[in-house]
Amino acid sequence: MKFAVVVFPGSNCDHDAYHAAKHVLGQEAEFVWHKETSLGGADVVILPGGFSHGDYLRTGAIARFSPVMTSVTEFARAGGPVLGICNGFQILLEAGLLPGAMLRNRDLKFHCEHVRVRVEQANTPFTSGAAVGRILSLPIAHGEGNYFADPETIQLLESTGRIVFRYCDENGTPTDAANPNGAMNNIAGICNDARNVVGLMPHPERACERVLGSADGLVLFESAVSAVTAHGALHTATA
Amino acid sequence: MTLKPSVFDPQGQTITDALHSMGYGGVSDVRQGKYFELELQSGSPDQAKSLAAEVADKLLANPVIESYRIEVEQ
Repeated sequence: MKFAVVVFPGSNCDHDAYHAAKHVLGQEAEFVWHKETSLGGADVVILPGGFSHGDYLRTGAIARFSPVMTSVTEFARAGGPVLGICNGFQILLEAGLLPGAMLRNRDLKFHCEHVRVRVEQANTPFTSGAAVGRILSLPIAHGEGNYFADPETIQLLESTGRIVFRYCDENGTPTDAANPNGAMNNIAGICNDARNVVGLMPHPERACERVLGSADGLVLFESAVSAVTAHGALHTATA
Repeated sequence: MTLKPSVFDPQGQTITDALHSMGYGGVSDVRQGKYFELELQSGSPDQAKSLAAEVADKLLANPVIESYRIEVEQ
């Protein structure tokens, strides 16, 4: 199976995602420049972290209009698994593939540290291998990860089980002290209604080997491999 | 363009706090925003306004968190 890692001008975690898929998991992986219109037959699409277009205007606001996003949107609408990490999450929000928006961190600081997140949902292609309640130690590195949505949207996400990851303490409790950025309801990651598009602020791709301080992020990539290989390609990009 | 009233503005809050510590207790709230100047080739002020609104809706503003108002100068 094949991972496509989309590269925008200013992406800086593209190689980490490629490394996790290709070298840690031994899967096929390919970079796809944002001006491409084809995803090259990929089974899974990753929008990596970074600072696409320098975060000018708003995070992800310009990247969402890149030519490749038309293909990513078609791939997502057809049920293909899409993972947006950090800036990739912000791009998915701007593109309307996930609901809500990002505000500046409540303390206005850029946070670069390891945090704990609790797996809230196992029924997505990126968490199927993780038990609900499992606590992952993952790094974050962002200035705008303060997830916001109107009360109706938050209620919808809660009632339909679309909050996939929540910032939590060592006991798995989503306390305010464990919330690094002020995100509503301690939201670290969500999925779309069809559950195939997942976005999260922490960086699982930077936590796939013990030598990096944590291998907890690997489960997201392993889950994607299982999801695709178990069911055949959920959707192979043809465009 | 500013964050909607319902959206917490941490930058505006920090500026408010700074002003209070400087003795400007009369400033009860600050909302920080963005300002864009667009040069348009347009037939009329109404056309200019609707074009500005279109690009604001599509790109300049995120309707989830931001609101805006438009002024036309000739």
